[in-house]
Amino acid sequence: MGLKQNLHNLKEKYKGTKMAPAFNAIHTFLYLPNDVTHGGTHIKAADDLKRTMNTVILALIPCLIFGMFNAGFQHYAAIDSSLRTDVLANFFTFDNLWIGIIKVLPLVIVSYAIGLGVEFIFAIIKGHEVEEGYLVTGMLVPLIVPIDTPLWMLSIAVIFGVIIGKEVFGGTGMNILNPALTIRAFLFFAYPTWMSGDKVWVYDAVNKAGTADAISGETILGAYAQNHEVVYTIWDKFFGFIPGSIGETSTFLILLGAAFLIFTKIGSWRIIVSTFLGAAVMGFIFNQIVAAGIITDSSKFYGLMNTVWYEQLLIGGLAFGAVFMATDPVTAAQTTKGKWIYGFLAGFMAIMIRVFNPAYPEGVMLAILLMNVFAPTIDHYVVQGNIKKRLKRTKVKTA
Amino acid sequence: MSKDIRIKKGLDIKLVGAAEKTTTRSVLSSVYAIKPEDFHGIIPKLVAKEGAEVKAGDTLFYSKSDERILFPSPVSGKVVEIIRGARRKVLAMKIAANSTQEYKDFGTKDAAKMSAEEVKNHLFASGCWPFVKQRPYDVVANPNQTPKAIFVSAYASAPLAADLDFTLAGKEAELQAAITAVSKLTEGKVHVSVGANSNSPLAKVSGVELHKVSGPHPSGNVSTQIANIDPINKGEVVWVITPQDLVIIGELLLTGKFNATRTVALTGSKFSKPQYVTAIAGAIIADVTAKNLVNDNTRIISGNVLSGKQVKEDEFLGYYDNQITAIPEGDDYEFLGWTAPVFNKISTSRALTFSWLTPKKKYDLNTNTNGEHRAFVVTGSYEEVFPLDIYPMQLLKAFMYKDLDEMEALGGYEIAPEDFALTEFICVSKQPHQSIIREGLDLMREELG
Repeated sequence: MGLKQNLHNLKEKYKGTKMAPAFNAIHTFLYLPNDVTHGGTHIKAADDLKRTMNTVILALIPCLIFGMFNAGFQHYAAIDSSLRTDVLANFFTFDNLWIGIIKVLPLVIVSYAIGLGVEFIFAIIKGHEVEEGYLVTGMLVPLIVPIDTPLWMLSIAVIFGVIIGKEVFGGTGMNILNPALTIRAFLFFAYPTWMSGDKVWVYDAVNKAGTADAISGETILGAYAQNHEVVYTIWDKFFGFIPGSIGETSTFLILLGAAFLIFTKIGSWRIIVSTFLGAAVMGFIFNQIVAAGIITDSSKFYGLMNTVWYEQLLIGGLAFGAVFMATDPVTAAQTTKGKWIYGFLAGFMAIMIRVFNPAYPEGVMLAILLMNVFAPTIDHYVVQGNIKKRLKRTKVKTA
Repeated sequence: MSKDIRIKKGLDIKLVGAAEKTTTRSVLSSVYAIKPEDFHGIIPKLVAKEGAEVKAGDTLFYSKSDERILFPSPVSGKVVEIIRGARRKVLAMKIAANSTQEYKDFGTKDAAKMSAEEVKNHLFASGCWPFVKQRPYDVVANPNQTPKAIFVSAYASAPLAADLDFTLAGKEAELQAAITAVSKLTEGKVHVSVGANSNSPLAKVSGVELHKVSGPHPSGNVSTQIANIDPINKGEVVWVITPQDLVIIGELLLTGKFNATRTVALTGSKFSKPQYVTAIAGAIIADVTAKNLVNDNTRIISGNVLSGKQVKEDEFLGYYDNQITAIPEGDDYEFLGWTAPVFNKISTSRALTFSWLTPKKKYDLNTNTNGEHRAFVVTGSYEEVFPLDIYPMQLLKAFMYKDLDEMEALGGYEIAPEDFALTEFICVSKQPHQSIIREGLDLMREELG
């Protein structure tokens, strides 16, 4: 009774003060509030926004843990490529995890500390409750950045992303762009050398560049964009034993997360399926262009265009974007038909940008941000369809 | 020939405390009250003064906007108190009932021989007009408009709702008389919907188009049936009468008495013996629930758990209600309740909530909101429980920012607040859908007429 009663007394004491939202945020984290219904339905279903967001975080945990192991594995494999001959034996080791702990965990902690800090400040200034949106954003951010991203850089990006990407629109539920991708885009445009190229994806590659111990950390997409040979097998790509952003490499675990989100009905299966579908179609079109001989191996686009369409789905951030980014219910299309169109176009554009953007061979982020902007338009036309149907039914014509 | 209506989208909320099919007669209460707020949108002009003696059927007040719409006393007795709120708004008129009831005599009528005008005037004079409600706007019908059809839903699908087959049993003659009368008020049809496997007395009345509905709640909601049978378009009006009110109209025609007695279901886990009782509209709750209620931290609701109104024991049964529900209050904290696995509550998601594993289990839900009010975030969930061809979230948002064009275009004419009860129930953002809809409908009525 002690803690519960004490918190209750404090809640009564702080009620109506400026600090109430900050206090409530902590209180409701420990205890489901004692609010009862007034007017409207007298009973309510079991889930709230916290539970919804928490479900997404649960779906991300396997990617995070795998990413921590992979951080170490890619580091050691870059130094000693023989480790790759028996991946499974050399992957789940404490040495690998340790690098994850010292490199990845700080990113997670900084992301949450800075992001939630900004949210708390806004909640106190504007007098609204601390809403749960950042719980997911805070987990997504460390998973979509390169391992060597400096913490100060991440902090600035998070502050920018939360303020410009969300709070200026009124907070959770009101934003137009996915906040996590806004943070990613800020990093990409503000510090391009830290966000692309062949040095940032493997821990320590930047420091050792140009020295005798230099290690290569080229991603698969980078290699294809440069028309380089790719050394990884299709299973490496599927299970994620490859360099890349921390949480994006394992398509297998991402699909596991997708299955969980679809089963719990938290993620939109329509968006997930249609994004993969759109990407596959675009990839297939490019394959046909190569097959038809329009593009030859002398072209700078050859490497990526010639990538088999199903491989396009496994590499880069496509799967992660489709499952965890495109499905953000606030910034995605909200109507059922709209979701199909939105997802398809996001996947389609992702592969198109991936192929035609030689400086930065990854298109998912930009494709989803672009579709975020168009989502309200897609919804508008879908809803207009419903309105037209209703108008057609009307018998009494008015001027 | 009946037509089948099958509803696929929706949600049956199974609760403990269904009424057992026995009826006891509740005692005649010492005091009754009529609350003008039960008649949404009516501004009352009082006729009866404090201290006046009235018979059952005598006018207490009429509508300021249409003096023909009278509101009668449900019992005979003495007007003891007129309770007023802010700006002298009339909240309730209390009548102390006589021990023997006297009824004002309106004369027996043969419905078949009455003209439409006679039926209307008889309903006005006897105070039965308020039983006729209209769509759009879900208010007492405007008698100056002609409805394209009249709808009667004799199938209640709301949680723990009174079984209309049971409460209407034996009322065939009244129902037939009432249907014959009201069918003269429209040039269109009178549509009656009964449950697919029901044994409703309304299935046997003549002069109606019969529909058999099946599927989860809100299949019994009259809006759902209207949308399937003959959706409301701009400029059209339909009227809606509940079967229990038809019985009162029928009895008026057959006997000349206004007898607002109904069979009321006492439901919910906080009744020691959930069952049916007969009671008169406006009865004090304490008398209807006598010795049956477990009074320990209980929420009493006049109506069902989705769209009823919270009342206290010294308050009164709603004018249209045929159900009183009592469930536990949920005013307690739950440690890590936002993330711990949930087995004792209902959810449409499967986010560590397990009600999907036990679809037949009956739950004892309390009034806890299970979360705090948030902005709309999750999409696509309302559509799963909302069977109308309307975009519920877009319509709710239009109703919130009050864009009249959009409110109209997105289906504002077709809905009543109760249609948004299920979306409100499942809303993870805990938004007050029904009150958003009610406010928006009032605005539309004011601005668009």
